[in-house]
Amino acid sequence: MRIVIDWDRCIGAGMCVGIAPHLFQLDEKGKLNVLIEEPGEDQRATVEAAEACCPVEAISISNG
Amino acid sequence: MSGTVIVGASLAGLRTAEALRKNGYEERVTLLGMEDHLPYDRPPLSKGILTGTVSESDTFFRTADHFTELGVEVKTGVRATALDTTDRAIHTSDGTLQYDNVVIATGAAARTLPGTDSLSGVHVIRTLEDATAIRSDLSNRPRVVVIGAGFIGAEVASSAREMDLDVTIVEALPNPLARAVGTEVGRLCADLHAEGGTTLLCGNGVAEVTGNSTVEGVTLTNGVTIPADVVIVGIGVTVNTGWLEDSGLDISNGVVCDEYMSAGPTGVFAVGDVAAWHNPLFGVTMRVEHWTNAVEQALIVAYNITNPTEQRPYAGIPYFWSDQYGRRIQFLGRSDADEVVIVDRTRESRKPVALYRKDDALGGALAIDDPMTLMPLRAHIMKEGGWEAALAAVQPDS
Repeated sequence: MRIVIDWDRCIGAGMCVGIAPHLFQLDEKGKLNVLIEEPGEDQRATVEAAEACCPVEAISISNG
Repeated sequence: MSGTVIVGASLAGLRTAEALRKNGYEERVTLLGMEDHLPYDRPPLSKGILTGTVSESDTFFRTADHFTELGVEVKTGVRATALDTTDRAIHTSDGTLQYDNVVIATGAAARTLPGTDSLSGVHVIRTLEDATAIRSDLSNRPRVVVIGAGFIGAEVASSAREMDLDVTIVEALPNPLARAVGTEVGRLCADLHAEGGTTLLCGNGVAEVTGNSTVEGVTLTNGVTIPADVVIVGIGVTVNTGWLEDSGLDISNGVVCDEYMSAGPTGVFAVGDVAAWHNPLFGVTMRVEHWTNAVEQALIVAYNITNPTEQRPYAGIPYFWSDQYGRRIQFLGRSDADEVVIVDRTRESRKPVALYRKDDALGGALAIDDPMTLMPLRAHIMKEGGWEAALAAVQPDS
C-alpha cells in the first residue's frame, strides 16, 4: 500500500496529521510531509480514514 | 433483495454509497437526491463560487460515469415523502421503493427570515442555485448586509470584501460565535472582520427588512436602518425531517440514533447533518453539521450495513474549518468547556491556539492559521492526562 498525495490539491488542512500523526506531518511553513509512504497493511484503516477525511480529496491509496 | 436506499445525495449520502461498494456490498444501492444535481461540495459555495475563483462544475464530486461504474443508481430531483419501517418502504415524489437498509442523509435547509420571501436581493446560502444567484447579484457591486455572524455569514462577508464591496454583518447576540466557540474566542474570530474591513454590529436583532419588491435596507431593533442592495441571511439551518413525521422514528433533534448510527428499527440508519447520535467518546448525544462528520459517519454506517454481526460505534471528534480574510480557523472537539485557555503560541505571528478544558480532559481546541500545532492535539482529546499534555504542547516557543 502506497500513500499518494495530489500536491496540486493539498491545502495543508492537516486532517491527516490529526488522524495519523505517525504517518503525516506539517512543517513550519504548513507544507505536508508524508513520513512513511508505504505503511504496513495493519495501517490500512487509519490511512483510509485520512483519505476519507481530506477536505480536498488529495489523498489516495495505491495498491500497485 | 431490495438493497440499500440512501435518501439524500450530498456528501454523507455519496460517501455511504462509495463505502458500501468498497466494502464489497453486492446488493442494489440507490442514491436519492431532491436537488437536480449530482452530489456537489458545499464549502466552496460561500467562498470561491461567490468570488468566481471556483466554477460550478468544479464543485461536483463525481461524474455520472463514476456512478455507473460503481453500480450505484442515482435518482436526482426526487423527494422522499414518507418512510414506512414496517413495510420497509420509502414513498417518494417518483413512486415507492422497497429497502433492506435505508440510510437517512437528508441534511438540513437554510433557515429563512419570515416576511422576506417576496423581496428580491434577499438570499440564504445552502445550494448551488443560492450561491450562483448571490454571485450574480454581487457583480452589480451592491451594498451588502449579512444577517448572522456565524461561520457561513463570516465567509460570505469575507468573499464580498475580497470583491471590495461595502459589507456589514448584523448579529442579534452581544458576541459573535459565543455558542460555537465561547465568548472570548468568538471575539478573537470577530477581530478578523475589522481587519478585513467588514463592519460588525452586535447586540441588536433584525426588526424588519425593508423594500417594496427589491430590498432597500435592514432595520435593527434599536431603530437603526442599514441601507442594503443585497442581504444574505445566515441564521442557521433546520433539519430535513418533515418526511419522517409519521415514521415513528425519534426526530426530536434530527434523527436520533444510538452509537452505531442506527435509528431504531432494523435497517434504518442516519448520517450527516440530519443525524443525532450517542457519541461514546464524549458520553452525550450530539448532532454535528460539519463536513468531516458526514464523511466519518458514512464510513461507519457502510461498515455496519456490510457487517451486520459486528457493529462499530461512531466515537468521532468533531472538526470544522472556516476560511476567512485569508486566514483559516480550525476547531477540533467540543467547545462546551469548564475553562478556555488562549495561547498565542508564536506571539508575534498572530496564530492563537485556544484549549477547551472539560473536567480534567481536553474537550476541544481551536487555532487560527496553525494546523501544525492544532492537529497533533487531536490525540489528546478526551484522553487521560490530555489536558496537561495539550497545555505543554502549546506553550509559546521560548
